[in-house]
Order: sequence, then C-alpha cells, then structure tokens
Amino acid sequence: MNTASLPLPGWITYGLIPLINLVLAFFFSGLVVWFIGENPFDALALMLEGALGSGEGIGFTLYYATNFIFTGLSVAVAIHAGLFNIGSEGQAYIGGLGAALVALALDRYVPWYVTMPFAIAGAAIFGAAWAFIPAFLQAKRGSHIVITTIMFNFIGAALMVYLLVNVLIVPGKMAPETRTFLEGGQLPKLDWLMALFGLKLGPAPFNVSFLIALAMCLVVWLLVWRTKLGYEMRTLGISPTAAVYAGIPYSRTVIIAMLISGGLAGMMALNPVLGASARLQVEFVGGAGFVGIAVSLMGRNHPAGIILAAILFGILYQGGDWVSFEMPNITREMIVVIQGLVILFAGALEYMCRPALARLYYSMAKRGV
Amino acid sequence: MDLFDILVSILGSTIRLSVPLVFTALAGLFSERAGVFDIGLEGKMLAAAFAAACAAYVTGSPWLGLLAGIGVSVAFSILHGFASITNRGNQIVSGVAINFFVAGLTIVLGQAWFGQGGRTPQLPPDGRFSPIILPGADALRGVPVVGPLYANVISGNNILTYMAFLAVPISWWILYRTRFGLRLRAVGENPGAVDTAGISVTWLRYRAVICAGILCGFSGTYLAVAQSAAFIKDMSAGKGYIALAALIFAKWKPVPVMFACLLFGFLDAFANFMQGKAIPGIGEVPVQIFQALPYVLTCVLLAGFIGVARPPKAGGVPYTKER
Repeated sequence: MNTASLPLPGWITYGLIPLINLVLAFFFSGLVVWFIGENPFDALALMLEGALGSGEGIGFTLYYATNFIFTGLSVAVAIHAGLFNIGSEGQAYIGGLGAALVALALDRYVPWYVTMPFAIAGAAIFGAAWAFIPAFLQAKRGSHIVITTIMFNFIGAALMVYLLVNVLIVPGKMAPETRTFLEGGQLPKLDWLMALFGLKLGPAPFNVSFLIALAMCLVVWLLVWRTKLGYEMRTLGISPTAAVYAGIPYSRTVIIAMLISGGLAGMMALNPVLGASARLQVEFVGGAGFVGIAVSLMGRNHPAGIILAAILFGILYQGGDWVSFEMPNITREMIVVIQGLVILFAGALEYMCRPALARLYYSMAKRGV
Repeated sequence: MDLFDILVSILGSTIRLSVPLVFTALAGLFSERAGVFDIGLEGKMLAAAFAAACAAYVTGSPWLGLLAGIGVSVAFSILHGFASITNRGNQIVSGVAINFFVAGLTIVLGQAWFGQGGRTPQLPPDGRFSPIILPGADALRGVPVVGPLYANVISGNNILTYMAFLAVPISWWILYRTRFGLRLRAVGENPGAVDTAGISVTWLRYRAVICAGILCGFSGTYLAVAQSAAFIKDMSAGKGYIALAALIFAKWKPVPVMFACLLFGFLDAFANFMQGKAIPGIGEVPVQIFQALPYVLTCVLLAGFIGVARPPKAGGVPYTKER
C-alpha cells in the first residue's frame, strides 16, 4: 500500500510525528552516553538542573535561546521560499560587523536606546548583504544556493579574521577583538524581567535582544502568513513552476526572501556582541547559525515552534556545560552529537515513521475506533 | 634557498595537501553523478580519520586502520542512503546531520576512550603509512631540474598518495567505460529512464554512495594515519567542503577533479609558504586571501564567468517510482 498520499489528521502530522522523531533523537543520544559508561538519566537530571535550576541557569538558557530564535527564523524564512540557507552562520558573523561598527561609532555620544535601532539596522543590513550574492546567483544564474552559502560562510570567516586581526584590533593588544563598547553601545540585561518571577539573574548575559527576538517572531509570522509577499514566498516554496505560472516574479521573490533570511541571521549578532561581551570577537557565532537549521526543522518552520525548539537547544547548551563540568567523561561536544541526531531524525528521516503510522491509523479507523 | 628549491618544496606540499581533496572529491563525484548530493563528505572523512587512528593504535597496523576507516565511512554512507534514498528525505539535511553527529561524536568518544581532549594517542612510526623512496631517487638527486623534482615531489610519498592519483583514472574508467558507470551517470540525469529499462534506481544509488563511502574512508585514513600520526579533533577542517568546491569547479568530471584539487592544494601550500613573508612592491599578503580563494573561485565559476557548471540533472531529487 502506498501511504505517502493518504491524509493524516493534524495532531499526528504536527504533534505525534515530531514527538516520535524527537524521542528517537534523544534515545540515540542516551545510547551514546550509556556507551561511554555514564548513566543517561543522571546526565539528563544534571542537564535540567544546570539549565533550569537557578535564575542564573535560566538566564544563560534564554541567552542561548535568543541566538537560536534569530538563526532559526532565518533558516525558516528561506525554507518557506523553498531555499535552504545554510549560510546563517556566515551572515550572523558579518552581521556582527555591522552591529559592532554602529556601537563603536555611537557609544560615546548617545545612550543605548538610541544606539539600539541603528545597531539592529546595521546588523540586519550587513547580514542581508552577505546573503545577497548567493541569492542573486540562485535567482539569475541558477547556482545552487546551498553550495554558494557554504562558500560564503568560509569567505566570511576569512574576511572577519582579516578585519579583526589587521583593522579592528586595538593597537598594542594581542587578542583579535575590538575595544570594549561603552555603556551607550551595550544592550542592558533583563534583571527586571527575571525579578518579576522572583529570580536572580546573576552574571548571566540575558539581555534586551531576547525581546527583539520575540518581536521578530511576530514579524515573521505576519510576513509569512499575513502578507502578499509571504504568500508569494510560500507558493514559490511549494512549487516554483506554479508560482511563475501564477505571475509571481521568481528572481525578485528569491532575492527578497534571502535578504530577509540574511537580515534575521545578522540580527543574531546583537545578542553576543552588544548584549554579552560588548565587543566583536573572532568566531563569536560559535555554530549558532547551524543550530538554526535544527531549530527550524524541529519547530516545523513556525515561529511558535521555533521559540520552543530554541529554548530546548538553550537548555542543551547551558545544561551541557553543567553536565561536562560534573561528568568529565561527557565533553561539551555531546551537544553537537544531539544536534546532529535532532537534524537527522527531525529533518532527514522526518517521514520514516509516517507509513507505519498511516497504516496503523487507517486500520484503526476501519475498525471504527 | 633559491627559487627552484622553493618551487620544489611548494610542489611537494601541494601533492601532500591535495591527496585528501582528490579522494574526497572523487567520493562526491560518484555520489553526485548518481543524483545524490553529498554535503556529508566532511563528516565521513572525519569519522574515517577517527576510526582509522583508533584501529591503527589498537592493532598497530595502518592497513587495519584503513579498513576501519573505510568501514565506518561506508556505514555513514549507508545511513545517508537510508535517509535520502529509502526514506526520500532531504539529501542536504541528511548530510548536515552526519557532519554534526560525527564532529561531536569523534570528540566525545575520543575523550571517553583516551582522555586526551579529543586526540587519539600518537601512533608509532610503523603504525602509520610511511614515505616510500622510489628506486633511483637518491641517485638522480644530483641531476639538475629533473633530479630534485623526482626525489622530492614524485618520490618520498606514502602509498595512499599514489593510490589517490591512481584512483583518478580508475574512477574515470568505472564511470565512462563500464556498464555500472553508464547506468550510474544515467541515474543522475534521468532516473525514470533507468527505471524503465528495468534497473533498480535504489540499488544503483546505494552502490554509488557506498563508492563515495569507500573513497572518504581513504581520505580520512590519509589525514590521521599518513599525514599525521594521530586523530586531532576537527582535523578535516573544512577539507570536505573544499573538495565539494573542487568537484563543482571541475564540473563533475574525474580528470578535471584532480586538477582542481591540485590547484586548491597549491593555494593551500602557497599560503603556508607565504605566511609572514612580504612580496616586493606589494607588502605582506594576508593569508586569509589564500584561504578564501578556493571558495571565491568556485563562486565565480558558479556565477557562470568560467564556463557553465551544470550539475547532474536529477541531483538532490529523491526518486519516486511511479505506479
């Protein structure tokens, strides 16, 4: 029986299947932990304690989640237009340059709330610019966007190292980073938000970027499901030929979708650069762009799903640090293993369980359950 | 050092640096010509390097290391096939997943087994592939021009290096002169036609990704057991992506693949040589330019400025048998 065309109710497609995939990913992660001789349940308990057991832990968890919301949205917008933007990493890196240049220019003269809109614009414009060439090549020359965005990640990394080592470095210092921004170039922490819940933030770098990220979730939702452009993007994503036949301009839509995607990726830089370290450092993105792929896949490319998935990955990142501290046998890279398994099961093997579930569902429906 | 000695030394390291690229790009060639995109080359290479280093350390034999490297790499190929051929999942997502999974797992396992921060223990000299001095290398060394080239570039490499350059004509022969190769290329262009001829698209594509796995096994083993004497975390360092770039740069053809890999290997060797040196009249050239150049060149090529790179037509599209 060919089950691919049989319709399934929403709660199976959007609830049960993602849940099963997630459980499988964590089951295999647990196997890896067990294989290296640690108790997976102890590791899980430690992870939750580290990520959610204190105000500081929650602050770090949400700080990481902020990064992943931005990059997850970036990947999701592109996916809706049928484009796989693997370059969020590089776009965020270059976005950091835009944000840092704004902070360096303004921090002496104005308070943070004046700097912030310019920094957002700077980060978004630089991120979008880095997405433009791959987008243009895809739209006009038919070059595969996956390949070009991978290439641009490497080109961006080389460019940023060059700029930080040779141009932006503080004269006389060894570390390849800019000077520390003054208060006018820093995004304030959200102590007050944590205090509302009776929690103390401590040294965790949880900052205003989180609120910007939430606002962007709303913007993306409106854009994708409530505007003409979003409709055009989704049509293009489902069937480029149908979209072109319906009069939707292919090149324009591809380029605009990628510019939005790159802009969102670039805005991720606000969180670590202006919110946490108050300076531009080498490799500050630290793989968040790639986590965005996992977050977007897991969140079914929907902002609400992306927030949940980003928080889950925030828990993994913060809790993972805690676990590696308490169980030296499990290194921090265990997070990367889990990330790979989530991408595998929630992405590549997305429909592995579908035929079996469809058969089960229809045999139960036939019996009149 | 005079100019000629410099050239010989750069050419020697060009050869050494292009070997993993040649193996990996040929791996990508088999997979992509059959219509299966393979972003996971990097991960397979890294997994093979780790497995080879572990096996060579435990058994003391580089050949068993090679076998383990190939075995693990093929296992990941089959996983990629299972996701993208059997389950018709997104081939790129599957490759990305493998890259992450391997990048994490090699460090986690390495730390748990050896406790050296993700490294494997140093291999003894006879636990790795050592340089082979070709006959007459020392005798010819004194001959001008030809002698140093023969002694330092052609001779003195390890067995895997020679295998890499042997793999190029073999791959060409398989792809263009055997029935399997013809069918493999056909399945990458028009799987429907292959299916109509009564040949299994699934099995053909599985065989193609297994070929890719075997070749990635060689490149990973080369990194850990021939070029270095241990596995170091993230030792593939983007070479899988450079190989992918080389594959595109060579327009998915075996002999041009070799030349593209040699070009990118040369850029790498030249960048190493130029580090901290100034070119008269220009000054010190930042090393990042050479690092970025393979990617820039590939993008320029993709933009259609150096001929047109046309990927296999059915690449990236899972095949659904009609009923």
